[in-house]
Amino acid sequence: MADMVKVENLCKNFGDFEALKNINLTVREGEKLVIIGPSGSGKSTLIRCINYLEEPTSGKIFIGGQEVTRKNHREMAKKYSAMVFQQFNLYPHLTVMENLTLAPMKLQHVPKKEAEEEAMRCLKRVGLEEKAKVYPNQLSGGQQQRVAIARALCTKQKLLLFDEPTSALDPEMVQEVLNVMVELAKEKITMICVTHEMGFARQVADRVIFVHRGEIIEEGTPEHFFTNPEHERTKEFLSKILH
Amino acid sequence: MLNGLLKANRWNALLEAIPEYYIPGFLMTLRTAICGLLLALLLGIIFGMLSTSRSRVLKAISRVYVEFFQNTPLALQVVFYYSCLPILLGGTGMRIPKFVLGLMGVGIYHGAYISEVIRTGIEAIPPGQSEAAKSQGFSYLQTMRYIIMPQTIRIIMPPLANQALNLVKNTSVLAMVAGMDLMYFTDSFGSSTGYFAQAYFCSALMYFIICYPLARLARYLEIRSMRQPVAKVNMTQMMEDSINV
Ligand SMILES: Nc1ncnc2c1ncn2[C@@H]1O[C@H](COP(=O)(O)OP(=O)(O)O)[C@@H](O)[C@H]1O
Ligand SMILES: [Mg+2]
Repeated sequence: MADMVKVENLCKNFGDFEALKNINLTVREGEKLVIIGPSGSGKSTLIRCINYLEEPTSGKIFIGGQEVTRKNHREMAKKYSAMVFQQFNLYPHLTVMENLTLAPMKLQHVPKKEAEEEAMRCLKRVGLEEKAKVYPNQLSGGQQQRVAIARALCTKQKLLLFDEPTSALDPEMVQEVLNVMVELAKEKITMICVTHEMGFARQVADRVIFVHRGEIIEEGTPEHFFTNPEHERTKEFLSKILH
Repeated sequence: MLNGLLKANRWNALLEAIPEYYIPGFLMTLRTAICGLLLALLLGIIFGMLSTSRSRVLKAISRVYVEFFQNTPLALQVVFYYSCLPILLGGTGMRIPKFVLGLMGVGIYHGAYISEVIRTGIEAIPPGQSEAAKSQGFSYLQTMRYIIMPQTIRIIMPPLANQALNLVKNTSVLAMVAGMDLMYFTDSFGSSTGYFAQAYFCSALMYFIICYPLARLARYLEIRSMRQPVAKVNMTQMMEDSINV
């Protein structure tokens, strides 16, 4: 299968702090990749560099074989990737329906009726078709995150990026969001998820990478991480989150 | 003064002066205020957006504008436009029309305050909003138009109404340069007749007629904005910032 994402010698500094040190990573089309690692290790920075929310200090990023640059990153975002954030980041002044149709209508010039039909299909997939007319602040955290996932689906992107999508949720709402993500994972779509939900990782991930202090220090299948992680750091980290 | 207040002939003189003094003065003040407000909004939007851009130079330009005009008296600015600007423009003895002087005076001065209102309004929108927009492929201007500004506008309406109110009151500095505005005609009627109590009473009433509805509007917008689905912001602080002019 072709490569969906290719990261070459990626470095990212904030001032003189090296958040990412020479990252190399390839994600195949349709692959489900889970990124784990302690807080502050650079997971968000990595995923944000992939869609250019952070500009790499050096190194290259390719999506669908095409290099992402300062010049073309908006085009690339329109064409390939969608992101789900820890804090949902829904547009609070727009209804759920408008949140979903804004990008298709303004960026891809889909006619309103078509965009709304597609939005309803996406809402159905996350189980919220009855919430189309409400504003985000009338929804629970779990529902908001499901709307955010629907918004990401609505533009029919091939690459979905998730940055700790369940970390800001009350515990009882985590599962509803994970269920939606598990369903999504059954499709061809490429998914890169930063998450500490190891149950989810075990269920859907083709591969897990462990990031520590800006470097990928271990990678393997979910089974590998559960049964015989090699690195001391990895063992320590897993024992904390699995206890 | 006090017994003068009760003399009927003075009130009659006032009534007679209304068409000649107070109506043209009132209209001049209203015109200056409306056009001045438009200029202030235009400058405020431009400099407010510059101050939130990523370019240091643009930010600095906006900073200089805001600090300079906020930290010198409006009266001085208007007198400067009146006496020095014609010379700077070539010194042909040309006079700047009073109306233009007035709208420049309050427009540029309040533009600096409105720029700050708009900057705080834009900065009040959490960065996650632009990030979400950027991740969907919206350009900077599209992000401003569809996502940031619609939220900013709801937040800044109350302090903007306050600015409008202050702007109306501040048009009275035009009187210092014989600006043919309400305050000027008030002074003129007062000193030519000596009926100062009547003169100022009538003038105050006319300012009040414009300002009171604006004050109510500001209050209404403030209450309404607290119920709206936008990012949480510190409205009280913004209102206070915009009142201190
Ligand atoms: N905008 C920024 N400016 C300065 N430092 C940052 C910035 N973003 C992240 N960092 C730093 O980079 C490191 C990695 O951050 P992040 O990628 O958010 O970690 P993670 O998502 O793994 O918790 C952290 O030490 C963080 O403090
Ligand atoms: Mg993070």
